[in-house]
Amino acid sequence: MNLSSLVVPLLLALVAAYGLGKRVDVYAALTRGAEEGLTVLLRIVPALVGLLTAVSMLRASGAMEWLSALCAPALELLGIPPETAPLMLVRPVSGSGALAVGSELMAAYGPDSYTGRVAAVMLGSTETTFYTIAVYFGAAGIHKTRHTIPAALTADLAGFAASALAVRLFFGT
Amino acid sequence: MAMAWVWSGMVIFSLIFALCTGNLDAVSAAALEGAGSAVRLGISMAGVLCLWSGVMEVMNACGLSAGLARTFRPLLRRLLPDASRDGETLAAVSANVSANLLGLGNAATPLGIQAARRMAHGCHGAASDELCTLVVLNTASIQLIPATVGSLRAAMGSAAPFDILPAVWLSSVLSVTAGLAAARLLSLLDRRRP
Repeated sequence: MNLSSLVVPLLLALVAAYGLGKRVDVYAALTRGAEEGLTVLLRIVPALVGLLTAVSMLRASGAMEWLSALCAPALELLGIPPETAPLMLVRPVSGSGALAVGSELMAAYGPDSYTGRVAAVMLGSTETTFYTIAVYFGAAGIHKTRHTIPAALTADLAGFAASALAVRLFFGT
Repeated sequence: MAMAWVWSGMVIFSLIFALCTGNLDAVSAAALEGAGSAVRLGISMAGVLCLWSGVMEVMNACGLSAGLARTFRPLLRRLLPDASRDGETLAAVSANVSANLLGLGNAATPLGIQAARRMAHGCHGAASDELCTLVVLNTASIQLIPATVGSLRAAMGSAAPFDILPAVWLSSVLSVTAGLAAARLLSLLDRRRP
């Protein structure tokens, strides 16, 4: 028995027990959340159709490998696997695009490979930076963003390097 | 409009690259295969994604997000001292951060926008230092359970889709720290300039 196999069932049981203790209708909340999950999915699948098409074309044409090779020297300096270059380029611009590139990387290298794990951690620890900035400043009526974009991109770059570092730390290469 | 350029660029670039490398057959097959795999991916992600969205909603209903918001209040008060003087702004910011932690994007964005609007009063269209900090906080994601990535890994056949959690947390914390440090540093440089 693997100890990490305990995490998911234990978490589910704990959340359920805690909710019952707090007199929360756990089941209604669960299904409400699941419905929310479906709407999220409904929103991303059409985008995925367009983007996975484009990403698959890029991979098949050889452009993906060319791009990785082009970025390799700089990325190796930061300890980032060069195969993830397309993911890093798309991540700040499009969430569904990053998901498409990430799934393509996992299909090509395997979800439990070093590259596959780094791609997953990158997806989990960064955001769609430009979209977020546009939404917040658009709503607040700000047109001079000052140092927001450089600072946010610094966070992204640090997140990418940290993803590779964290995967090496927890799983090795 | 940005995505229109990105998507068109990807497709046109693939075509040109394929013509140069002679991979045209593969590219044509890949285009059709890619569209199909998008729908398959969506369906195979659906179960895990809905399950974890459900668990997050249960945690939310249990008052976990309110508790998290209370926990983060002292930290946010130090990070955004001016905005924190207004109780309602501080409440919106801390609710925004805790919704982000639980991965409730749909709840987090309106709260963050509400805070940003209040903080933008009297800014005359230029972002204040603290407004920059708030947005950087939102562009660097910290999630307790990244449900989308977990379900993607599950769909791709990972043996333990959520074994990346500690790595995601470590990487998120480093990323946010770097972003906040950069924001502070750049605002100091900005002020020094005549």
